[in-house]
Order: sequence, then structure tokens, then C-alpha cells
Amino acid sequence: MLKRNVPLLITALVGVFLIVANFFPSLSAMSEDFTVFFGIIAAMAFVLGGGSLLKVHLKKISDRNAGWAFSLIVLGTFAITLAVGLLKIGVPPNPTFPDKPWSGSVNADGTAFEWIYEYALKPLSATMFAMLAFYIASAAFRAFRAKNIEAILLLGTAFIILLGRTFAGYYLTSWIPIDGPFSGLRIEELSVYIMQVFNTAGSRAIIIGIALGIASTSLKILMGLDRSYLGGGN
Amino acid sequence: MNGLQANLRSTVSTSRAVIALVSIGIAASVATAAPPAPTDVEAQDVAGDGGGSALVRWTAPAEAEGITGYQVWRSETAKETGDRDATERADALAAAETEAFENEQRRLVDVEGLSPEAAAPRSRAVARQAAISLARDPAALTVTETGPHDTHWILVDTVSPAEGSLEVSKLDPDSSYTFIVYSVAPGPDGRPERSEASAPSGPVIPAAAVLNLFRLPLLIILLALCGVVLLFILLARRGMPLKIRTIAGLAAVDEAVGRATEMGRPMLYINGIQDMDDLQTVAGVTVLGRVAKTAAEYDARIEVPTSRSLVMSAARETVQASYLTAGRSDSYNPDLIYYVTDEQFGFTAYVSGLIVRDRPAACFYMGAFFAESLILAETGNSVGAIQIAGTAMPSQLPFFVAACDYTLIGEEFFAASAYLSGQPDQLGSLKGQDLGKILVGVALIVLVTLATIAAITGSTEIESMVSFIKTVILGG
Amino acid sequence: MSMVDRLANIDRRWIFLMMGLAVAVPIIYIGITGKTLPEQPTPLAQAAFDEIDKLPVGSRILLAWDFDPASEGELGPMASSFVRQCCQKGHRMYFLTLWPVGTQMIQKSASLVIDGFYPDLEYGTDWVDLGFKAGNEAVIKTIATDFGQMFPNDARGTPIESIPMMEGIASISSFDAIINVSAGYPGSKEWVLYAATPYKKPLLVGCTGVQAPQMYPYVPLQVQGLLGAIKGAAEYESVVNAWVRRHTIETILEEADVDAADAETMTTSFLADSGDLTAWLATPAAGGLTAAKRTALSDAVDGDEPGIFLEAQRRMGPQLVAHLLMIGLILAGNAVFFVTRRRGGVR
Repeated sequence: MLKRNVPLLITALVGVFLIVANFFPSLSAMSEDFTVFFGIIAAMAFVLGGGSLLKVHLKKISDRNAGWAFSLIVLGTFAITLAVGLLKIGVPPNPTFPDKPWSGSVNADGTAFEWIYEYALKPLSATMFAMLAFYIASAAFRAFRAKNIEAILLLGTAFIILLGRTFAGYYLTSWIPIDGPFSGLRIEELSVYIMQVFNTAGSRAIIIGIALGIASTSLKILMGLDRSYLGGGN
Repeated sequence: MNGLQANLRSTVSTSRAVIALVSIGIAASVATAAPPAPTDVEAQDVAGDGGGSALVRWTAPAEAEGITGYQVWRSETAKETGDRDATERADALAAAETEAFENEQRRLVDVEGLSPEAAAPRSRAVARQAAISLARDPAALTVTETGPHDTHWILVDTVSPAEGSLEVSKLDPDSSYTFIVYSVAPGPDGRPERSEASAPSGPVIPAAAVLNLFRLPLLIILLALCGVVLLFILLARRGMPLKIRTIAGLAAVDEAVGRATEMGRPMLYINGIQDMDDLQTVAGVTVLGRVAKTAAEYDARIEVPTSRSLVMSAARETVQASYLTAGRSDSYNPDLIYYVTDEQFGFTAYVSGLIVRDRPAACFYMGAFFAESLILAETGNSVGAIQIAGTAMPSQLPFFVAACDYTLIGEEFFAASAYLSGQPDQLGSLKGQDLGKILVGVALIVLVTLATIAAITGSTEIESMVSFIKTVILGG
Repeated sequence: MSMVDRLANIDRRWIFLMMGLAVAVPIIYIGITGKTLPEQPTPLAQAAFDEIDKLPVGSRILLAWDFDPASEGELGPMASSFVRQCCQKGHRMYFLTLWPVGTQMIQKSASLVIDGFYPDLEYGTDWVDLGFKAGNEAVIKTIATDFGQMFPNDARGTPIESIPMMEGIASISSFDAIINVSAGYPGSKEWVLYAATPYKKPLLVGCTGVQAPQMYPYVPLQVQGLLGAIKGAAEYESVVNAWVRRHTIETILEEADVDAADAETMTTSFLADSGDLTAWLATPAAGGLTAAKRTALSDAVDGDEPGIFLEAQRRMGPQLVAHLLMIGLILAGNAVFFVTRRRGGVR
């Protein structure tokens, strides 16, 4: 009973306190402390996460499961990055304290840690990010179907936006006078209008729904009506 | 006589010179007269707020023509004074150390004939010693300049000449402040000139009120919306029949799990890339509990790589409890719920590789996602998995809608837990949420109509009502 | 298997290949030839150019670089082109920023454009870096009436009284135009509200694509020229590059005692056919030109545009081709869908 009720009680008390702190300024400093508490808990939880990472990959290597070489690479790079950072390998001393070898900043220019970040992590992240362009093309070919009126409208809008962002859009409607009554029909003007009016309106409507959903879900969690985040249903 | 005449002439010419100089001085002072300073500067705490705001008022000088603006300055807090002193000390020490280093370096290289590289360590040691000696002698450091009234002032803002007050915010609620105001006007050479500093205002502490009255409208709205939700929960408990429309994505959960069981392939559940302090992640863990229960009942394998350690811990607890509830505690394998990395694209790369290698039959994406949403969904699509996504990130919804079989859009995602439980009081909360949306919609229509009427008719009463609602009620 | 069936079951790697080529081919083509896809400036980009161009030589331009390295990809090219036009025209440039990391952006513009291509411009006489000042819009409101209060020194610590070009700078009104490159807050909206509107100063804005819709309502009364995202940057870049070429050629011709009207005509013919330049250089009229001027003239006529002034246009090439490919894929996918549906298949 304690295992279920204590977390529910903590959730309810902390939640109500944080809501009340919004209205009583003297409590707002304490509410900031809770944010710090969360950070401390998350940092401690990293020990568990790191341990799990090591366990999973070491098991894969020892069992020689399919793809165990990838696990070896994961653990190897993990160990190298950890060692380089913790031991400050290749970090020159702080100019203000030249006699203290470990006084330099681990991610200052020219350090090994900064090299790993600049020449390994950043290019890999940029590569993964760049894959989006390819995937959007395959998604467009596969999924953008004019099945009904709404889909046709959506596709038409997509074409206007795609063209409006390039020279082609300007080229197609440059014959419409810029200061005439129909200047709004120029593709680049239309694309701005669509983003400014329709897209913004749709996003705002979804955001209003999301806000209400968040409020309702939070209320249920605080009141203990929804306990499924603790597992196993109610 | 000649000597006397010479003396007299000398005296007269000197007098004339003095008169001329005095005249020039008077003319010069008239030409460069600064604008008059404002008077009656007073400051008071803004009542009923959350602290940190003060209202400064002043009276424009009688001869206010030509004034182009007023500068409002405030006094420093004790902490700011301490910080400034520390900065100035550090700057002075650094300058002294640099100078000592250069002097010693020059001596060692030019006089003693050492190479610059050999001399550098010795010069640095001497420079450090010089800085340490200076640090131990506070009198040797430069005295800080102060401004009018022997106080150091900080410029807050400049306002137009039509203004007679300024609300100063972002002050420390526990510190006392005084304010001075300058007039600014162009001088005869066109350059701006400031007046003398006004007399300082009385001290004011921009303290926080016990209750922040500016947030009262927020409290009323909060009580109204929560009250509506609670009302429907109560009504549902009393047996009011509730009809909730079918949410296709949630109805497909059983289908997805069944498919995975038939094909003998695992399921993949991604809980987003944010931590447990994001409600989307909590909602995702909630849905995981229900999906895991179904998986336990079907004896299907569910793998949950996470991007945050805390999410891993929460997910393990949830899944274990689900397996226990389903009576399959022996099938629970904690190693199937594991932490990967916090790094966004590192996590994406791992999951993409996992999908391609393991070819799961079903993929669930429930939580907060960013740019990786399309990468994951397209990779899942490429292996033929059935995909159900749910997120409250408006920018990622289009990608999920395009690439997944079912998508829970925004509030549908938050409704998932209630929907899957089927319990009356949970479903009642959904109805309450819907009524809340209707109330918001009605308020929007009314206010937009008012604002439109104000814009068309130019009515100042309606305009001020709209402005009041925007700044006071909705401003928070 | 018919073509429709092949398309319906196409391996997605073919689509990836097409997208890869759509991005790579324009980049490689531009890299090798230096030629970019034609960029037709919209009226807003042209207006931005015209506003700076119509000011007399030596005008005082306040350049507010309110962006950071994260948005440099989108805003860096337009910043470089703004500086280029001011340098070429001979305007005096006053740089400042309301963002802490904006100082790096100013230094980058200075080193790339001024030091790289206009080394004769003197610091303190032709351009000055006033650096960063904290306070957001309070800075703008203060310099609107008292410039020296906010900037008693430049970014190098020199008192402004010692800087020749700061002579006569009393407030916003002392400047002839304001150029703001902005990535968010504080940025273009604040410059509109507190500088351009009350003091009726010409304001040119370069901003990110996300911000641009918010700035359109201010055009043309408060904002005379607006460059939105990399597209706006590419359009403005193309205008500036073309103008710099012409201006360089005309200036050198006028130094060779060619009158202005003839210089304009000759410039047009040289740009159309570089053989005309070769022929003219052999005439006695060109005898007064030094070797350096001859080289500069040849470079201006048919030399490649420096890479830093093609950044935005380079990026538009892949964008255009990729967008057209996307449209083509959508149309092809729908064609396959409708044909398959008519046949009675399910997709």
C-alpha cells in the first residue's frame, strides 16, 4: 500500500504547492528549488542509465550476439570520451594559473575533448539531421495523396509554399503587377499569406487543445485519478 | 606721472580684459546652459504584484521646451556594488599583472640577455607576485567614481518628453532603491545635453505582495477550467452516460500488438526524447503501461530504448507493474528497457539502426519529439511496421501524420490513458476538457468580435476594454 | 511489369538518390563554375538596395547586428552583402549589437568583407565597431536621444571623442539610415518601435524566415526594405553583386577620364562581351590606367564572384531543384495512385 500511496501523496502535495506558489510570491523561490531538485534526481538517475548501457552492451559482446561489434564501438567511444573529459587529456593550464596543470577548461579551443566534439559529434549530428531531406522526399512520394477534397487543398497549399520559396514561384507569377489589385495572387505573396494566416491559425487551435489536455491530465495525476504512470492501471 | 599713467592704463586695460573675460564667460554659460532638471521625483512600490516593480513619477520642469526625453536612473543594490567592486579589482589586478609581466620580460630579455621563451616563466612568476602584493593592499587600487549625490547610478530607461512616469521592473524585491531623473535636450552644437541630476526620490523597496493580484484572473480561469473537469468526473461517477468518439490510433493498439505476436517480431516503444518533467513524457509512460499490459497478455516482446535515465527508471517500474497485473511477472525482462543516450541524433541513429536490424512489427512513438520524428517514422515505414504516434509538438505532427498509420494529435494523446482505461471518471474528465474548449472558443469569438468592432468603429471605450482584457486578464 | 507498377513499387533508395543529386549537382556546378542559378529580386530586396544606393556618398549608416552563430547560416550572407554595398558606395559604417554574441558577428563581417576586400578603409574614419551594450530596447531608447550615454567608448575601449567619425553623432537622428539584421529579440521589431517610427529614419531589415511574417505589416512605411531568410538574402546578394561589378568598372573608366554616360554604355558592352574590354584596353584611351587598374578592370568584367558573396545564392540552387523534385514526386505519386485506383488496385 505504501509503495502506491506515498508516490501519490508526494505528487499531490508537490503539485498543489507549485500551483499555489504561482499566486503567492513568497513561495516562488521555493518552487524554483523544486526545479533544482529535479535536476539532482535526474543526475543521480544517470548512474542507473550509464550502468544499464554498460550492462546491455557488455552482455551483447560476451554473448557474441548479432551486431556485437557495434556494442564494442559504443563502449570504446564511451570510455575514450569519458577518459578524455575526466582526465582533461590534452588540456593546457589556465593562463592565470600556469603552474596548475588541471586548471584549464576541458572544452577550451585546442583540447582533445573539443576536438572530439568538433570533428566527431558535430559532423555526425549534422549528417543525421541532413537525412531529413531524403526522408521527406520519400514520404512525399508515398504519402501525399489527393484522396479527398481536404487532401487536394493541402497539396495545392504545399505546391504554393514549395514554389513560393524559390525563384520558380516568382518566375511563374511575375506577370501579375506588383502594385495592382491582384498582387496578392503572386505565388511568393500567397505563400507568405498562407503561413501568416492559415498556418498560424491552425497551429494556435492545436495549441489551445494541447493546453487544455495538459491541464486536464495534470489535474487527474495530481488528484490521483490517473495512476497508470505508476504502472499496471488503476 | 608717466609711471602712474602707465599703472592706470595697465589697471584699466586689465579691468577691461577681466570684464571682457567675465562677459565671455557669462555669454558662454548662457549659450551652454543645460536643460532644467525635472522635480518632485517620487517612487512607490507597485502594490499587489509579485515583487520587483516600482513606479517612478516626476514633474516636468517649467521650461520644458526642447526637451527630447527623460533618463531614469536607479541606485545599485549592495550585491551590485559588491560585484562591481570585484570586477574593478579584478581588472586592476589583471592590468597590474600584465604590466609587471611586460616590465620583467623586457628586463630579462634586454638586460640579462635571456630568450623570450626562457624568460616567460620567470616573468609570469614575478607578475603573479606583483598581483598578489597589490591584492593585499586595498588602498593601492583605484577608487571607484561615484555619480551625483555620492552614489553610483545605473541607467534604467529613456522615455519620451510626453511621459511623466515609468514603471521599472526586474528589481530585487528585497533591496531598497532610489531614483533620479535627467532631462535631455540638444545643446547649441546639436549634441545632446543632460540636465543636472534631479533630487533623488525617497527609498522604495519593490516588495512582493502576499498575494499576486495581477494573477487573480489566471486563478479564476484555472478554477473555471478545473471546475468543469471535476464536475464531469463527478457526474460520470454518478452514472451519467458518456459517449467518447473512437480514436482510431488507440483502437489500433490491440491490432498492433496482435500483429507483432503473429509475426513473432518485437514491438518498439519510443517515449520521446524529453525527460520526466515534460508532461508528454509522463503521458507516454502512461500509455506504455497500458500497451505493456496488452503485450504481456499476448506474450509479445516490447523493447523500450529511452533517451533519459529517469525515463528508463520510470518506464521499468511501469512495465513491471503492467506485467504483474497481467499475471506474467516471470516474462518481464528489465534489460528490454534501457538507456541509450541523451544526445538527440545519437539516440535517433541508434533507434534507426535497431529498426532496420530487428524489423519490429509495430512501432509506437509516444511523447515529445523534435526533428528526429520523420527519420524514425520513415525508417519504421521502410521495414513495414505498423506505426502509431502521439505527440503534442505541433511542428512534428505533420511528419507523423504523413509517415505513420495512426497519429494521436495533441489532446488525443493526453486523452489516451483515459480512453484506454475506459473508466467512467477518466472519461468524464475528457468531457470536461471538451466543455473547457467550448468555453475558450466562445470567449475567443466574443473577444475577437469586440476587437474587430473597436478597430472598425474606433470606439475608445471598446478599445480600452479590449486592451484591459489583453494586458490585465490575459497578460498574467 | 508496367511503368506504373514499377513506380508504385519503386525502391525508396532511388528517391534518395534523386534527392542527393538534386542537392549535390547544383552545389558542385556552382562550386566549379561560380555561376549560380538566376535570382530575380523581389521588390522588397530591390527596395533594400535602392534605399542604401540613393544616399549620398559618405552617409552615416548604423548597422545593428542582432544575431548569433546559430542563425548565421541564414543571416550571415545578407550581413556580408549589406557591408559590401556600404563599403563600395563609400558610406560610413557604425556597427553595434544588442546581443552578447553579436560582437563576434560584427568582427566576422569586418574581417571577411572590410579587411578582405576593402583594406583601404580606415578604422575610425570609415567604419567603427561600437560593440555590445546590454539593456535590449532601453539601449535603442537611450541612443534615440543621447548616443554618447550608451556608447562612451567603442568596442576596443577608445573614447568616442577620439574617433573622428563619431564627431557629430548625437543621437539616432544623426544617422542617415539604419540596417538591422535580426534573429529574434531584441531585434527588428524594437528598432521599428523605438528608432525608425518616432524618428522617421529609413530602416532596412534582414531577418529569419520565421520572423519575416511579423515584419511585413511594417512595410513600406516603417520598414523600407525587408530581406526574409536565405531567399531574401540571395535576391539582395544578386543585386549587390551585379551593382558592385558595374560600379567597379564605371569607377575605373571614370578614372581613365571616360565621362559618366560613356562609362555606363561601355560597362554594359564589356559585361555582355569581354572581347570589347580587350579591344578597349589596347586603345590609347586606356593608356592612363596602371597595371593594377587594368587587372582590376578585367577581374570586374569576367572574374569570378568571391565565394563569400555567393553564399546565399549557392544555397538557393539546391533549394530550387529539391523543391521542384518534391513537386515532381508528389505529382508522380498521385498519378500512380489514380491509375492504380482506376485499375481497381489498392495502394
